[in-house]
Amino acid sequence: MKILGIDSSGLVASVAVVEDKELLGEYTINYKKTHSQTLLPMLDELKQMLELDVDSIDAIAVAAGPGSFTGLRIGSATAKGLGLALEKPLVAVPTVDGLAWNLWGARTLICPIMDARRNQTYTGLYAFDEHQEFHVLVEQCAVDINEIVDQINERGEAVTFLGDGVPVFENIIAERVKVPYFFAPAGMNRQRASSLANLAMQYIKEGKTVSAADFRPDYLRLSQAERERLEAQRGAKE
Amino acid sequence: MSEVKILGIESSCDETAAAVVVNGRDVRSNIISTQIPLHTLYGGVVPEIASRKHIERINQVIEEALKEADMELSDMDAIAVTYGPGLVGPLLVGVAEAKAISFAKNIPLVGVHHIEGHISANYIENKDLKPPFMCLVVSGGHTHLVRVLDYGKYEILGRTVDDAAGEAFDKVARAIGLGYPGGPKVEKAAKEGNPYAIQFPRAKVNGSEYDFSFSGLKSAVLNYINGAKMKGEEINTNDLAASFQKAVVDVLVDHAMHAIDEYGTDAFAIAGGVASNGALREAMRTACAKKGIPFYHPTPILCTDNAAMIGAAGYYEYMAGTRSGWDLNAVPNLKLGER
Repeated sequence: MKILGIDSSGLVASVAVVEDKELLGEYTINYKKTHSQTLLPMLDELKQMLELDVDSIDAIAVAAGPGSFTGLRIGSATAKGLGLALEKPLVAVPTVDGLAWNLWGARTLICPIMDARRNQTYTGLYAFDEHQEFHVLVEQCAVDINEIVDQINERGEAVTFLGDGVPVFENIIAERVKVPYFFAPAGMNRQRASSLANLAMQYIKEGKTVSAADFRPDYLRLSQAERERLEAQRGAKE
Repeated sequence: MSEVKILGIESSCDETAAAVVVNGRDVRSNIISTQIPLHTLYGGVVPEIASRKHIERINQVIEEALKEADMELSDMDAIAVTYGPGLVGPLLVGVAEAKAISFAKNIPLVGVHHIEGHISANYIENKDLKPPFMCLVVSGGHTHLVRVLDYGKYEILGRTVDDAAGEAFDKVARAIGLGYPGGPKVEKAAKEGNPYAIQFPRAKVNGSEYDFSFSGLKSAVLNYINGAKMKGEEINTNDLAASFQKAVVDVLVDHAMHAIDEYGTDAFAIAGGVASNGALREAMRTACAKKGIPFYHPTPILCTDNAAMIGAAGYYEYMAGTRSGWDLNAVPNLKLGER
């Protein structure tokens, strides 16, 4: 089983090919350049280096949101185009779950935090048990950073933070987190397409695939225009 | 003659579209999924909502275009995609999708200019039309008076310095309560009105004879409405629509005829969403007939944003050797004739 992973949900652009228990190749860039210009050249490079026959790919795993709206669009359209052309299914991996998987086997709680602006974070809470089974304790969500910190404090267990929200919320974490906490190191603390592809293996075993045509990312947030319209409607009712 | 088959993809604004075009002029399918009803709720196109809708529809639209043409991706000689100008979010969806398909199937990729697409829509139904000719592109986002020197070679004589012609239609329609999209609604009301009832200004742009300005006209309409309201007078919406439309059409025709006088041309064409406006067509037809110049315009379905026109433009770019790389990006303010 050969899985192509694609994650362009944040500042990182990452593509990887995982075959069963082997990572054949991974290309990850954490740099400003727009994903529109980098993602496909990276995939092409990977293809050439691996002498990859794209038709041999069994499924395409994609970061299914949340994340930067633009980043999600580029990743989604790329995955959908590949799925259409190769006639292969997509595996929609929640972005925050994919990030958490980076810390496979962690002995603390895992709390990815992505910067969602306006003091908000895309986050969730995860753990691996003694059998290294992956558990979603708090499903990915868009909340105020203080809200997830409160939940962590209530649980009273040590936690490891990762994601591009770490540098943004470092001070709040230092001030408010009452349990022992750690920050994941470079190489593990941002989106990685290999983690996504690994997690996708599990999804496929559970039959959780989606057709390229039907796939759409979950932004976890309405557009500003939709929010304002709903607020106006609510206001009118009151 | 062998057949060169192009899959065209267009997503620059609020239509998700795909088409199969053979040899640049033979449209085998032309699928358009419009988002207009959705954006009507907001009185205009909301870029983020448009982008999300494109993602939801694009695969189905492409698959339908291939099915209707009774072809497969592997039959395609090239994939042509709009990469600008337009809304960046919507553009990115089409560009990323086209690149991925092109990459997966090893089919050449050709980035196409949206306006070049509109101009090329004229090739589809008018097999005799060939450059050089002159073209007026008028839509919700663009107003360009262009000399088409050759396939893919353009000289822009004039463009709007503020609102696009179609944008003025939308804004005036909103002001008189006709709703979005404004073009067809204003045209319908205008049919029942007197175009000479209200005198609106025909704006000229200082120092540039062929440029357009429609924001002054829009303001004049708004002032007229406010003035009438203050005086407690009832507004005749049909007269207002007819007088406004006449002001727009007069300026467009006037500029075009001046350009024909100065530069000469063998043919004149219009393109873009506003090119389906009946009053504009009639006025241009009459003005061109007076000069003895053939006049061309696409049918309404090819005036609106569509992918057949991208397939047509893509064909000529492809034949000229244009190829885009995997780093092709969306360029929201792409200039005509630039790459």
